[in-house]
Amino acid sequence: MATQGITKRKKKEASEYFFDYSLLFIVLFLLGFGLVMIYSASSYEAFQEFKDEAHYLKKQLTAIVIGLAMMIAVANIPYHFWERFALLGYLVSMALVPLVLTPLGVESHGAKRWIKIPGLGLNLQPAEVAKLGMILFLAVLVCKMGKSVRTMKGFIIMVLVPMPVVLEVYLITKNLSSAIIILGISVLMVFVASPDYKKFVIMGAAGTAVIAVAVFVIVSSYASGDQMAWRSERIVAWLDPESQAQGKGFQTIQALYAIGSGGIWGKGLGQSMQKLSFLPEAQNDMIFSIICEELGLFGAVAVILMFIMLLWRMMVIANNATDLFGAMLVVGVMGHIAIQSILNIAVVTNTIPNTGISLPFISYGGSSVMFLLIEIGLVLSVARRIQLKEL
Amino acid sequence: MLTDNNKIFHRKKILVIFFLCAGMLVLLFGRLVYLCVWQADHYSQKATDLHERERSIKAARGRILDRNGKVLADNKTVCTVSVVHNQIEDPEKVIEILCRELELSEEYVTKRVEKYSSMERIKSNVDKTVGDRIREYDLAGVKVDEDYKRYYPYEDLASKVLGFTGGDNQGIIGLEVIYEEYLKGEPGTILTITDAKGIEVEAAGERRIEPVNGNDLCISIDMNIQSYATQLAVQARAAKQAESVSILVMNPKNGEIYAMVNVPEFDLNDPYALPEGTSEEGLTAEEKQNLLNAVWRNGCINDTYEPGSTFKIITAAAGLEEKVITTASTFSCPGFIVVDDRRIHCHKRAGHGSQDFTHCMMNSCNPALISVGMRLGIDNYYRYFEQFGLKTKTGIDLPGEAGTIMHKKENMGNVELATVAFGQSFQITPIQLITTVSSIINGGNRVTPHFGVKTMDGEGNVLETFSYPVTKGILSAETSATMREILEMVVAEGSGKNGAVAGFRIGGKTATSQTLPRGSGRYIASFIGFAPADDPQVIALAIVNVPQGVYYGGQVAAPIVRQLFENILPYLGIMEYNQ
Repeated sequence: MATQGITKRKKKEASEYFFDYSLLFIVLFLLGFGLVMIYSASSYEAFQEFKDEAHYLKKQLTAIVIGLAMMIAVANIPYHFWERFALLGYLVSMALVPLVLTPLGVESHGAKRWIKIPGLGLNLQPAEVAKLGMILFLAVLVCKMGKSVRTMKGFIIMVLVPMPVVLEVYLITKNLSSAIIILGISVLMVFVASPDYKKFVIMGAAGTAVIAVAVFVIVSSYASGDQMAWRSERIVAWLDPESQAQGKGFQTIQALYAIGSGGIWGKGLGQSMQKLSFLPEAQNDMIFSIICEELGLFGAVAVILMFIMLLWRMMVIANNATDLFGAMLVVGVMGHIAIQSILNIAVVTNTIPNTGISLPFISYGGSSVMFLLIEIGLVLSVARRIQLKEL
Repeated sequence: MLTDNNKIFHRKKILVIFFLCAGMLVLLFGRLVYLCVWQADHYSQKATDLHERERSIKAARGRILDRNGKVLADNKTVCTVSVVHNQIEDPEKVIEILCRELELSEEYVTKRVEKYSSMERIKSNVDKTVGDRIREYDLAGVKVDEDYKRYYPYEDLASKVLGFTGGDNQGIIGLEVIYEEYLKGEPGTILTITDAKGIEVEAAGERRIEPVNGNDLCISIDMNIQSYATQLAVQARAAKQAESVSILVMNPKNGEIYAMVNVPEFDLNDPYALPEGTSEEGLTAEEKQNLLNAVWRNGCINDTYEPGSTFKIITAAAGLEEKVITTASTFSCPGFIVVDDRRIHCHKRAGHGSQDFTHCMMNSCNPALISVGMRLGIDNYYRYFEQFGLKTKTGIDLPGEAGTIMHKKENMGNVELATVAFGQSFQITPIQLITTVSSIINGGNRVTPHFGVKTMDGEGNVLETFSYPVTKGILSAETSATMREILEMVVAEGSGKNGAVAGFRIGGKTATSQTLPRGSGRYIASFIGFAPADDPQVIALAIVNVPQGVYYGGQVAAPIVRQLFENILPYLGIMEYNQ
């Protein structure tokens, strides 16, 4: 960095800016740990299917290398550079989602959620673009609105802006979990932007009430033998997975077997039985249950602690950001990672109904990890603007 | 700037978000503790059930030993050859070798090798040498499991008594069925860890639950007596071109059966072979099964017949016991007797003239025995019939014992009584006859005929000795003694003289019964004999079904028992009688 041409004063100034090595270390740890677990969870199936035990490992490693390169690039660009792309990002993510219905769309596991990027052998999930786009757009919006955020009108605008994307993701790609994540990120950002608490408490209470009523209705209609949609089957499988062990509860039951048989100390790295084709998506959405089976409760606690530390680092950065835009960007990324890790662990432990959410940095999935690393790049970029004296 | 006072709420709210998220993660940690600690046993048990595949190990079935410890039913080690589709590496080689070694058609083996299943059985009951050879090829995906198969060293000896076992080593007929619980043992299990498709995980190894072998069964049959009796029956059947010949040898004091022969017997090591001269072509499965059932049928137990003159023993015993006659009572036989409106002939049309009761028995005089029946009357006769145990089954430890076919008491008239008195118009099994006669000559104790004596473990330690019910006093000791004397006279000087064995005191009675319908020219010749006459230790019954040519019991059946006694009396250590 410092070359001989740089003056003493500049050198001193540069060293007073902050680079969050702790955050970087946590992310790298999670990525490395994720690679180990992906190899462990997928090698058996990979060998069965591709005659290459490291098939998934290699693909993930490629994505991580590209992602880290992008992260370093983004971290070195002042984050205000992206401000001008906010509206474009919002519109692009709106435009990308319907592309899954065109011939560019790629189907996997019975759902069309990916689009093929021509030329590159990569599949892109528009929902990932939408998450990043939404974080950027809302951060810019909050800054642009200034004090009017505090008015009722401002609040309503803030709430309505993410809705088109949320509905698009839900209705076109039938991806409820991504829609929930985008909505969750938006709500958290609006929550931080607005000085009010009351509205959010009411919103939270109303949301909880709606969910409770919905679950009650579904369960009672199931008990009376009504025909049910597949989502309501999921609710029944959630409440009593063993009754649906061969149907919607299958994956959940297999995950619980893995967690339960791991016990406190786990079976040891590489010793999972459930990864031998019993647990579908073992290296993907369900990787946390393989972590529990192989490394036990203590492995799981270590992972949870790493996520809490990651959130803590981001909180520190957000609170010390030089401006509101930077703070809002970090809040968005923090919300994204928090929501996704909480929901993933909740699904795997059958705390909430099963829905496809990957565990950030650990689950297999190229486009997911790349976008997460770009977001981390943004956070690092925000962190670099913090002057040490302000800490 | 967030540090501005009016923006301080942003910092607060970010803090709220952090604690909210961290709090949720802590709650999820609590949930994990519940799953990993409280529910761990529940889920790991279920997971183990899911991961383990069972392969059962057959238990060795208990052996069947004769009274001297000779092995009548044994096990030999055979192999079961199976293939596991997912583990086969070189299907062509596997097919080629299995075809050659197991002598199977290529089409058959190919179909099984290519079938996508967790484990496909190619052939069971493969000779151990062949199995070892296949194992030496060390083919991936080919499994050779050792297994036991029932093996009968004497092939057709006592086939209808011992019975045989099926593909799972379970008893199908005979003693193998009755003593199944003792013989079968507990199968063991090999538990292997597999993945979801059923492929074994090699590193995981396997868990074995060892099988518990069945207990040995010691039976009362004497292999030597059984073989000799079989030989005699085969000879008699050939000589008289008879349909079948049965020989029963029993200890009249306790009901232990020394031999039970039903010729033709069948090969226990190949029980599904149809009788010679029958071709399998054009037979439905049911017809084939019926033929096999006929082959496996034990005539001594499953079939009833009209006993004929041997049954006069029962009539005589009842008459003496009720004291309506004595040995000195005289009867006159003009060659027939009129009962109600029916004239019933004696076998000697000219008549036996005047004779005492002992001579009536020696001559097997029908009118005299009818008179005894008449003197007893229907009520008394029926009472003795029941008292002697003829209405109930003997309780022998073989499956499918037939019951007695007898007139109902209220339907019995004098004519029925008269015919029953000399052994016609009703049917009993041979085992019923020999059991009843045994109880009449043994002092009046109705014994239960049986084979099973005791069970033993593999080292020969007795585990259980069986006991059988005995009904005492169905007849007085005096009447029993009188009967022995009368029956000794029958053999010594009467119609049963062909059953006499020089130097031994033999008692007995012949019978020649006509099968239904009458006049078909089909007869059953039989002789029941016991020795020594004063203290019976062995009783034998020979029945020749439908002999050609001479058909009299005294000429056809009595010599069989004589030859039998000539050999087995010294063998059993029964002292020669020196006058």
